Amino acid sequence: MLLKISWRNIWRNPTRSMVVISAMLVGMFAGVFSSTFINGWMQQRLKDGIETETSHIQIHSPAFKLNDDLKNYIPEANAITADIRKNDQIRGVSPRIVIQSMIASAETATGVKIIGADPMEEKKVTNLPDKLIEGKWFEGVKRNPIIIGHKLADKLKVKMRSKVVLRMQDTEGNITGGAFRVAGIYQTVNSTFDETNVWVCNTDLQQLTLLPDGAAHEITIFINNQDDLASIENQISATHPDLITESWPDLSPELGYLTEIGNTYMYILVIIILLALGFGIVNTMLMVVMERIHELGMLMAVGMSKSRVFLMIIIESTFLSIVGGFAGILLGALTTEYWAVKGIDLSIWGEGLSEWGFATIVYPVYDIPMVVTIAVMVILTGIVASIYPAYKGLKLNPSEAIRVI
Amino acid sequence: MSIISIKDLTKIYNASQVPVHAVNGISLEFERGEFAAIVGPSGSGKTTLLNMLGGLDDPTSGTIVIDNQRLDQLKSSERIKFRLNNIGFIFQAYNLIPVLTARENIEFIMELQKIPKEQREKRSMELLEAVGIPDKANIRPRQLSGGQQQRIAVARALASRPKFILADEPTANLDSKSTGTLLDIMEKLNREEDITFIFSTHDARVVNKARRVITIEDGRVKNDEVRQ
Ligand SMILES: Nc1ncnc2c1ncn2[C@@H]1O[C@H](COP(=O)(O)OP(=O)(O)O)[C@@H](O)[C@H]1O
Ligand SMILES: [Mg+2]
Repeated sequence: MLLKISWRNIWRNPTRSMVVISAMLVGMFAGVFSSTFINGWMQQRLKDGIETETSHIQIHSPAFKLNDDLKNYIPEANAITADIRKNDQIRGVSPRIVIQSMIASAETATGVKIIGADPMEEKKVTNLPDKLIEGKWFEGVKRNPIIIGHKLADKLKVKMRSKVVLRMQDTEGNITGGAFRVAGIYQTVNSTFDETNVWVCNTDLQQLTLLPDGAAHEITIFINNQDDLASIENQISATHPDLITESWPDLSPELGYLTEIGNTYMYILVIIILLALGFGIVNTMLMVVMERIHELGMLMAVGMSKSRVFLMIIIESTFLSIVGGFAGILLGALTTEYWAVKGIDLSIWGEGLSEWGFATIVYPVYDIPMVVTIAVMVILTGIVASIYPAYKGLKLNPSEAIRVI
Repeated sequence: MSIISIKDLTKIYNASQVPVHAVNGISLEFERGEFAAIVGPSGSGKTTLLNMLGGLDDPTSGTIVIDNQRLDQLKSSERIKFRLNNIGFIFQAYNLIPVLTARENIEFIMELQKIPKEQREKRSMELLEAVGIPDKANIRPRQLSGGQQQRIAVARALASRPKFILADEPTANLDSKSTGTLLDIMEKLNREEDITFIFSTHDARVVNKARRVITIEDGRVKNDEVRQ
């Protein structure tokens, strides 16, 4: 009966209640949708970061970690690779020669990170081949093919099949270099990445640098299931204690923070919205208590306990907040569902975003715990907002409240 | 053995500079089955007296004993429960919960007493019949006339099976026809079911129906007569 009374009480002043309910609806919709938006954005950045840039696990020699010099290679990289490849939780393992060096075109020169890898193995640890906007992954150019990012191509003013020159030192300290021909141009969401990373065949690079057979600077591993990350990482570092095995959160800590940033943003936003709406509810409930002084006095006079009166006011306030709040959450979730398939195109602001490595089409993502947390916060808002008005109601003196003047 | 016994009751309000002796030394006894009117001009202290009798207000001095229970010895929460189970209230106005139907208003008080649903439903219908408006069971107070609302208030007051019913000017807002009907219902309940009514009024027609008339003036009992 208490529930019935509280529910019907909301509709005694439908206009006022609808204002509160609508505010709650809009507020929660905004909160949920912008949270799922940020969440989706962050998760996508994370996915891109792993699948294109870092992969799941990388192995280096300790010396290379300190100084990424040509000489700090892992001599038996191929043997280790063959060993790791036996694990069927792993999708791909690719040993890479990594050199910080110069690339030059007829126009200009710039510093880049050269990655020399086996094209077939490399395909299994990065989705870069899918990001080619021109050319094919190491196809179409016979001698010294190179894959570069579109941003770098623009900077060097080169096109497909253009010639570029890589300059570096060999293991003996002599300056060496070679001419390469552009076989493919890629574009990721991260234009800084595109500008600074180029891919060549490991054999071509090995010839230039005189690196020993089977040596590499970096072994990159892509696993089948993210859940196995820690166990695989531990297993490899146990087998190779003399090398440094790192997973993506170590390699690129900012990727790890992304999900946290998304969550923190959501909580701050939702708390601010609820705080503002909470004051609206306090105000409404105070009006409610003041309007119903006679009625509350009568209820206490005829024997309704203070705790029940208190509860009745709290239930009414909670109804008020959850009707709009839950509708807003639902609407936010549905909108997310819709855009999750379609994606939201932000390409008008695309330039700036992709310099930070963020996609220009966002697919919002919500997870159930987040929605449940917001729902609980909505309920709590209703309860907390009614405490003061309910307390005011309790302080009524029934004999005063029922007096007819 | 009287059901209500009040001794040397006083109530002084100190709201303004001059203290108001709203009730000024009243001693009275009420027996089971009484149909008593407290009569007096406006401001004579009727409401103050009834509020203290019902445990809604504390006397400045004096004692109220209801069925061997001293009201002043009850804690605030105990007193609410005591009211729920022992006293029926009919006020001049604001008696009913506007969002509940007539029948729900009557059932509500029984729900507070934790009476099972089937019993509540049965009794609420019986009471609506007793006050003569069973057809208004599912109608909300706003759609009822003042007289009908007060009849529901009577039914609601009876629902908890109280020891007595206090009614503070129950007919003050009613026209003479409704007043007559309400009084007839109350009288009938008193005669046939031995329900004790103590009501205040300054309406001569109401006074005429009472079997005991207590006249108060300036917070004192001026006259206390039993009629036939
Ligand atoms: N809360 C209060 N504060 C101050 N004075 C009051 C209060 N309630 C009643 N009084 C005074 O007490 C006296 C008795 O009032 P009341 O019991 O309401 O009389 P009645 O019901 O007979 O009209 C009046 O003079 C009234 O002004
Ligand atoms: Mg009065």
